[in-house]
Amino acid sequence: MNKPMKAGKLSAQQTEAEQWQRDYAVVAGSDKPVRNRSGIEVRPLYTPRDWHGDYAADLGYPGQPPYTRGIYASMHRGRTWSQRQLVGLGTPHDYNARLLDMIAHGTTAISLIPCNSVFRGYDMDEVHAELLGTCGVVVNTAEHMEQCLAGVDLARTSCAMNDPSPFTLLALMLATAKKRGVDWRAISGTSNQSDYLSHFVANHMFFRIALPGARRILIDHIEFCNRQVPDWNPMSVVGQHMQQAGATPAEAMAFTLSSAIQYAEDCQARGMEPDAFLPRFTFFFDISVSLFEEIAKFRAGRRIWARITRERFGARDPRSWRFKFHGQTSGVDLTRQQPLNNIARVTVQAMAGIFGGLQSLHTDAYDEALSCPTEFGARIAVNTQNILREEAHLTDVIDPLGGSYYIESLTDEMEQKILGVMAEVEAAGGMYTAVEQGLVQKMIGASARGFQEKIESGEQTVVGVNAYQVEEGKSERQALPTPEPAKMQTHVAAFKAYKEQRSQDAVHTARDRLAAAAGDPRQNIFERVVEAAEAGCTHGEICATLRRELGFGQPLVMV
Amino acid sequence: MTSPPPKVLVTKIGLDGHDRGSRVVASHLRDAGMEVVYTPPWQDIAAVVKLAMEEDVDVIGVSSLATDHLIVPKLMRALYAAGLKDIAVIVGGIVPDADEAMLLEAGVARVFHPGSALDEISAEISRLTRARRTVGV
Repeated sequence: MNKPMKAGKLSAQQTEAEQWQRDYAVVAGSDKPVRNRSGIEVRPLYTPRDWHGDYAADLGYPGQPPYTRGIYASMHRGRTWSQRQLVGLGTPHDYNARLLDMIAHGTTAISLIPCNSVFRGYDMDEVHAELLGTCGVVVNTAEHMEQCLAGVDLARTSCAMNDPSPFTLLALMLATAKKRGVDWRAISGTSNQSDYLSHFVANHMFFRIALPGARRILIDHIEFCNRQVPDWNPMSVVGQHMQQAGATPAEAMAFTLSSAIQYAEDCQARGMEPDAFLPRFTFFFDISVSLFEEIAKFRAGRRIWARITRERFGARDPRSWRFKFHGQTSGVDLTRQQPLNNIARVTVQAMAGIFGGLQSLHTDAYDEALSCPTEFGARIAVNTQNILREEAHLTDVIDPLGGSYYIESLTDEMEQKILGVMAEVEAAGGMYTAVEQGLVQKMIGASARGFQEKIESGEQTVVGVNAYQVEEGKSERQALPTPEPAKMQTHVAAFKAYKEQRSQDAVHTARDRLAAAAGDPRQNIFERVVEAAEAGCTHGEICATLRRELGFGQPLVMV
Repeated sequence: MTSPPPKVLVTKIGLDGHDRGSRVVASHLRDAGMEVVYTPPWQDIAAVVKLAMEEDVDVIGVSSLATDHLIVPKLMRALYAAGLKDIAVIVGGIVPDADEAMLLEAGVARVFHPGSALDEISAEISRLTRARRTVGV
């Protein structure tokens, strides 16, 4: 509630506001309404008359619900966000060298991006050799994982595995840990992008298991991790794919929250208690260059999730209410034209994420619209974070934009917009059904097209693309070289030899047990995936077994 | 009699699934009056050749975000082997400059990079279609 104002003060304010409106109209004329990417009209000025919230109920203090100002009491001033740069290239040895170099330079949180062949559920000898290792590390066996993580202390390093269902990479890592004598309870990290629905609707980087099977494996995996690897975050709900595919910031937040509700309900249906699984839910978002809109998106999302977990799921543990998220600056905003301009874009995107209160950040390299990032580009991306933190002092004050009339008003409006989209999904029967029916895909497609039309019409400026173009030489656009064919040939040859030499009986038994689990809902499929990894099965073999048992999943595509 | 509109196959081959580009382009071409055959990502080269033949398309548009353009030369060889040399192939997406030369060398008619205008893409498809049909007469 606003404090009642004295009548005299109010009318004086009104007179001043009217005066400003007249002055503004004289200069600006009747200017066209301005809308942000989510379609919210943005006014030229915000004043106390534009925000009617209640501080305690709607904002509160950092670390206190509804967490609008941040999920931890000290936020970035107490503990900075994790710099989690995505890494993955070439062979396991290439990856390991890059990783150890990053660790030597202070990285404590690592990530592993597998080759697209791994994302697709295949081994290296099942795909076009030209594509191996061009976008991620080629890891198919526990031995490969051992090579990837050589010299890395698994008990002290938070590892994000970009792991398509059935989460073979985690299984290979657990096998490595067991071999080294590392207790699984000491392992921390995230099954990054474990949100299968986002893969089905958006980036299709998912191994092709039909929806019902994918649904079951995810819950099996959450259940297993909560029991056996308690510091692991098995659930990473992803808005990033959908926003990159074209969803507006508000839509992306809404779909993500609707997905999180779906997964929480699926866990509950399995008999799990909300306070057992919700503390291990994490979120992953895209950060576009639309600065204030992104900040408001994150603040609104945090507030909505705090209410959902408490009111809808009855969670009592504050850890269940906290909306922990990783942000990645938006690659779609980057341009091939005048690529160094991307450094400026990434800086603004990173600021939006930091002011939005993220826990972990990946800044894109300026050259991502040209090829997979070069080392030179990746270094600038990391230093962009260092500059924002240590030179610009963005972390000195918690939620520094809180209380801005504009930010608070926009946070409220984004919240309403997000809740509106969530209501549409709910009316369709929840996120799983909405995806099955193609509703979500249709909305994303329409928004992608709408945004492209704004660029084509010039309504949305993209520097170097539809405005401020210059002639450029090719030398300004250096691309990352693809892996040396000879190195990859050696890797493939060693893999084939490995398959010949291992205990075939153990592999057959493990695959049979995996197939049996797939056919028996009382068993945990992921537990058998871990066994198979320990028995020497390859990623492709595990995926092929499940593809056969649970059915092939065509992407659901709407044009 | 006016010639029927261009018939275009919009597809993605290889391993990557990012399909925003192919979806936006396909829906633009459809709205521009072209006949569009659209496939989801991850198509096999053999399947693309078969579809192009069965549908008798004028142009194949291959979208690539994450290095799948590296197997486009294989697609070109497969099209030639199937006697479909008259079908023009264009590639759109993230293609490094050095690889663009390699693709043109392999017979690709044109490479569109990020930031290309949709109208420019449809105009090129119309031009390639006219060229194909003129040769065919």
